[in-house]
Amino acid sequence: MNEIIGLTLLIIGISFDVIGCIGLVRLPDIYNRLQAATKCVTLGTCMILLSVVFYTGLNSIGMKALLCIWFVLITSPTGAHAIARAAHRSGIRLWEGSVMDKYADDREGAEDIT
Amino acid sequence: MKRFVHVLLLFGIWLLLTWSLHWQDLLAGVIIALIADLILGDIYPVNAIKVLNPVRFFWFVVYGVTFLGYVVKANFDVAYRVLNINMPIRPGIVKVRTTLKTDMARTFLANSITLTPGTLSVDFVGDHLYIHWINITSDDAVKETEIIVQRFEHMLERVFE
Amino acid sequence: MIVFVSLLVFCIFLCLYRVGKGPTAPDRTVAIDILGTLVVGFCAIYSIITKKDLYMNIGISWALLSFLGTLALAKYLEGRGFDE
Repeated sequence: MNEIIGLTLLIIGISFDVIGCIGLVRLPDIYNRLQAATKCVTLGTCMILLSVVFYTGLNSIGMKALLCIWFVLITSPTGAHAIARAAHRSGIRLWEGSVMDKYADDREGAEDIT
Repeated sequence: MKRFVHVLLLFGIWLLLTWSLHWQDLLAGVIIALIADLILGDIYPVNAIKVLNPVRFFWFVVYGVTFLGYVVKANFDVAYRVLNINMPIRPGIVKVRTTLKTDMARTFLANSITLTPGTLSVDFVGDHLYIHWINITSDDAVKETEIIVQRFEHMLERVFE
Repeated sequence: MIVFVSLLVFCIFLCLYRVGKGPTAPDRTVAIDILGTLVVGFCAIYSIITKKDLYMNIGISWALLSFLGTLALAKYLEGRGFDE
């Protein structure tokens, strides 16, 4: 029974990983890529780690997998946030099909004052 | 008292990581927890201990379940946008306002926004949060705040403030 | 199990394509960040196959170290010093 649940989680997790990487290649600019890749790959990897718990039970491997889920859930969005801010400050503009960019408007206003 | 809770927490993580009750492992764990607390104890967030209060813990569990639901929904949303041939995206950066005050609550809010459907937090300036939104549906600032931030704000307020 | 490993290798090749092609430096940084998370999944599958906790140790340290690397690269892109 546990192996069936583990196998299902493994299949779902890896398909999310593949979708995230396809998004990384297909989408037009860095912010959209960051969105697709971060969301899909984070949940995909967490599901693979959860399937480790179902396959091996709660011994040392399963406990380490649970801790690893916690670390990935905390660190992955923080890294994405850091990259997005750094990209915007280093002067990467949004894709030309974008609708609005209030951050650039506010930052240009602030730079004029200082 | 604060130091004692920190050392206990670090020792618990050590026990989970080594997963053995041999006396040499326990001794090494106590020594390493003490050293880590001496070096890094000052930058540890104080508010984290408040979560152990049962009422706050209940709301933390409610927040976690809601958050996981939104994460799964976000993944299907991304899959729909990526695998569609026409790529129905309408991206842009919007500015929303939050009422949360403590650092811990703001960190959790920003991380939750990054993992929920179609949004990615870019920067925090004062009370305002800049968010990259993959499919902008409204041009009104008040409405955007309602759609994005208020999914989590009332729960995080009960947990951390 | 070999199917899953080869699908993950396919994902890693897509990331490497973005690292090689990516028009700007932040694009490459994103791809490297995602690559780090994929390697954690790789270690998890290997620990299922071999039933040893050695691979999970590698996975945990890889997750934390790739986070540190991402932060360092982001600071470098932003053009600030590391001591801020």
